[in-house]
Parts: sequence; C-alpha cells; structure tokens
Amino acid sequence: MSTRRGGPRGLAALAPRRLIPWLEIILLVVFLAVPVFLPDYLVDFASRLVILGLFALSFDLVFGFAGIMSFGQALFFGGAGYAVALLARDHDVTSVLVVIPVSVAVGLVLGAAVAAFLLLGRHPPSVIFVALGTLTAAFAGEELARSWYYLGGQNGIPSIPPLSLGGYQFTGIAFHYGVLGIFVLVYLGCRALVRSQFGLALVGIREQEERLAFLGYHAPVFKAIVFSIAGAIAGLAGGLYAYQQGFVWPSMIGVVLSTQIVLYCLFGGIGTLVGPALGVIAIESFTYVFSDQFPEIWPILLGLLLLLVILVRPSGVISLFVGERERMGDFRPRSARRALPVARRHGDAA
Amino acid sequence: MATLLEARGIGKLFGQLRALDGVDLAVTAGEIHGLIGPNGSGKSTLLKCIAGADRPTEGRVVFEGADITATSPSERARAGMSMKFQITSVLTGLTAFDNVLLALQGRDGLRDLIFSRTRGKLAERVMDLLERFHLAGHAGEAAGTLSHGEQQWLEIAMALAPEPRLLLLDEPTAGMSLEERRATGELLRPIVAHCAIVIVEHDLDFIRDICDVLTVLDQGRVLETGTVAAIQESEKVREVYLTRV
Repeated sequence: MSTRRGGPRGLAALAPRRLIPWLEIILLVVFLAVPVFLPDYLVDFASRLVILGLFALSFDLVFGFAGIMSFGQALFFGGAGYAVALLARDHDVTSVLVVIPVSVAVGLVLGAAVAAFLLLGRHPPSVIFVALGTLTAAFAGEELARSWYYLGGQNGIPSIPPLSLGGYQFTGIAFHYGVLGIFVLVYLGCRALVRSQFGLALVGIREQEERLAFLGYHAPVFKAIVFSIAGAIAGLAGGLYAYQQGFVWPSMIGVVLSTQIVLYCLFGGIGTLVGPALGVIAIESFTYVFSDQFPEIWPILLGLLLLLVILVRPSGVISLFVGERERMGDFRPRSARRALPVARRHGDAA
Repeated sequence: MATLLEARGIGKLFGQLRALDGVDLAVTAGEIHGLIGPNGSGKSTLLKCIAGADRPTEGRVVFEGADITATSPSERARAGMSMKFQITSVLTGLTAFDNVLLALQGRDGLRDLIFSRTRGKLAERVMDLLERFHLAGHAGEAAGTLSHGEQQWLEIAMALAPEPRLLLLDEPTAGMSLEERRATGELLRPIVAHCAIVIVEHDLDFIRDICDVLTVLDQGRVLETGTVAAIQESEKVREVYLTRV
C-alpha cells in the first residue's frame, strides 16, 4: 500500500493553498474601481466584459462542471437578446423589472427545450451528438433571425433605448454597477450550486457518468437541470448585452459566438468559475489593444495564442496558479475538514 | 434462506459470439457466491447482465421477487443492488471522503442535493465506512494518490455505502499483494450479515477461503454449482481447470 501517485506540478505547487478566493476578490475590486479611474468608453468596455463573463459562466456550468459539450450557448444568449429588443421596439418596455425576468425565462425555456430533446432520450447521448445538436440549434436560430423580416433580417433590431427603472435610465456607470451586481449574485449562486451535494454529483457525472448510474444516479436529469440553469444565465447575459450594445443582430445567436465562448472558457480554465472570467478578460483585452495596432495579423496571433494554451495547458491559464485539488473542489462539511490536518485537506497543493 | 437473486436462462450474444448460453444462478440472502471459470467463460458478462451494465439477449433477472431484466442500472441500484467493476473507477481528483459521500447520497432527492441537506448527516457514515476499510487517515487525500490496493478498498466502500442487499464484485483483489488479499477477505466476511455477495475472482485460494457456494462457468454455460467442497471434488471442474486454465 505504499505506492503513491500524483502530486503538485509547476507553479501550482508553489501557489498558496486557496488562491481562487483571492482571484475573485481582486477581480471584483478591479471592476468596482473601473469607473473611478477609467474614462467612460472603458467603463462601457468593462461592462461588456462583465456581461460576457456571465455568458462564459453558462458554458462553464454545462461543460466545465457537467461535461456537456455545448456549441449552442449563443442560442439562449441571442434568443433572450432578441426577446428584450422586441419588447423595447414593439411595446416600449425597457423596465429592468421586466427585462431581467424575460431574459432569464427565455433562456430557461430554450435551454430546457434543447435539453429535453438532446439529453433526456431513452439512451444516453454521445458527446458528439450533443455537440452537433447544439451547434445545429444555434445555426438554425441564426438563420431564422437572418431571414425573418419581423426580427429585422440581416440588420437585426437597432436603437434599443437604455434600460430603465421608473424614470431612471441605466447608462454608463450606473449600468456598469448594475451588471456587476447581477454578475456577483449569479456567480455566488453558481458557486453555491457547484459546491453543493448536487455539484458533487455533477463532478461524478463529468468524470464517470456510466459509473454513477450504478450508484443510483439518473444522470440525464442532472444534466438537463444544469443545462436549463445555464440557459437561463446565458439568457440573462443576452438580455443585458442587447442593452449594452444598443442593438441586436443575427450573429448574436450564431455559431461563431457559441464557439467564441468555448474558447474564452478553455483559455481561462474550465471547471472553476473564475477561470472563464479570466479568459474573457484576457482575450477581449488583448483583442481590444492589439486588433487596432495589428489589424491584419491579430486574428492569427490570437489563434496561435489559444492553440498554445490549449496544447500546453489543457486546463487553461488558471492551472498555472491553482492546483487540481482546489479546482476539483472539496465537498466535505466544515466539521469534517477541521477534523483533518491541513496538509491532507488540500492534497496536491500541500 | 430466501432466494434474493435469480438469473434464469441468461443468454448473451455479442454479434455472432455467444458469451452466455442459458445460465441459471440463484443467490440466497447471507451468502457469498463465487463465480469462477477459465478466461472468456462469461463470468464478468453474467455479472454485468445482473447489474444492468449489459442487457441479456435472453432470460430473466429476478431480484427480491421482482423482474428487473428491463430496468436501468440506476433503478437496480435504487432497488438495493451494488457493483464494483473490474477496473477501478474511483474519482481520482476527489478526496476519498467525497468519493464515499458521492456513493452515499445517490438515492437522495434532488432538492436535498441542491440545498445540501444531507451532507452533515452523512459525514459520520462516510467516516465509519472509511474507518472500516482502513482509509480514515486518507479521508482528505485525493483518491488518485492512494495506492492501487487502497483504491480497490475505496471502491468496495463506495459499493457498500448505499447499504445494498446484493453486492456484485468483479475481481476485487486484482493487483493486490497477498497481505492485501487476506485483509480484503477479512473486510468482506462481516458484510454478509446484511448483504449477499457475488464475486468473480481468479484467485482460487481467496475464493475457497471466502465463498459459501461456487458456480463454475465454462464457455458461457454453467458447468457445476455447489459448495466449495463439492466443487473441489468435481471431476468435470478439475478437468476444465487442468486442461484450460
């Protein structure tokens, strides 16, 4: 019984035992401070990052935590975006009290519908089936938006007025703090979910779905639930994005955005909630800075960078700093954690 | 003793290959039933057909009087059946504690899991199980860092966690040292007080020490069933083992 496996590797071995909470606090402080130190156009950019971070969370939940490969998250994002744009255009409804519930509901319903079709069949679907199914759904959604005159066709729906509450309009700094507040609430909700016993079951499903059936789990139901929740989060992000951009367009539903969010998450590191947020910030910021300076070669540089990270660090850049044990999580109740020495508590980071 | 499990006329075809052909097996409560036979005789396939991992081409599986032939593995697990596979399948990135907790909470309701209502209550049972399998000191360690033998024990602990009435073990001592095999036998023996066990195993010494009844399979058919002593005396069995093993 003496042969041991595993152990710390790379920078993660030198990292403090719990780095993720520190990363979360640092990011929150930075985004809280943005309006104080940066000009308005960069506050707008920061708001966009927060919303895309919310969108990335939705993919992270389905793939990073439940192992469902979805290439169709933009369907829920764009679907909700179009729904709130139509509310604004046709009914003059821009109240945050309507827009947010509608965004969440549209994402949830679309997510549940796709989950019922792809995940709840008699036989467990393959990863390829789900990936192609979600890809097809996003493609069909984009084509529908592009060709339907009511949805504005190729041009989408322009000139969405600002989000409002009574007579107050959320623009600039107010909008930034609003979306940041929503992000924090959703993030905390996701954290509670993935650290719960339900989250432990998700880890089991992601790692060994077939094995879990022999422990009494009906994995498709767990997957359908998490897929629907992720649809609701993507919908919320899409509704906010429509107001941040001021218009919606067919690509907001499509395959390109769905793939883009996959890349953000893979770059940052799936399976941690903070990793995808880092991925969004890094890629969007690099693009913001370098796409002007090197407009022709920037897409190639970005592609090479992504390829490098995925090849060298399949767990994303966050794995440079955070060990596997911390990324995997610890589901013991606090009393059980206290009962064991610290070195054992954190496995490879110890 | 009442019959707990009955497999009647189990047949299994993989394409043209007949892996099982009209196999009957009866397991009573409180019994350790060994399945032995040469490589390719159909032992693991039979175990998988009982657990629901494979669907038999013909025949029926009856557990506690109910026909479960068409049910899924998760339904069989909820009915009181548990299985440990030949290849260790603990979740290597999770702690030993979390692996057992995962096994224990498998029958809890969704709401209980989402709001973590049973975690505190189950923690004590997790530690009891880990202690029973000499793993309490490794509770906070990632399962992947445990030795092979410890991982096998962890998996048996996981299979026992939901308190099954029938435990199916596919080569529980594979890759273990002599000392570990002996310890595994000692860990398994007290279990029969509340749970029957069906074991597939190549180690005949281990099987002889632990089993009450043996079924010998050969080329997908039952060659002989009986007590360990009766099987040892059987000419047919001796012939198969001397000529084909």
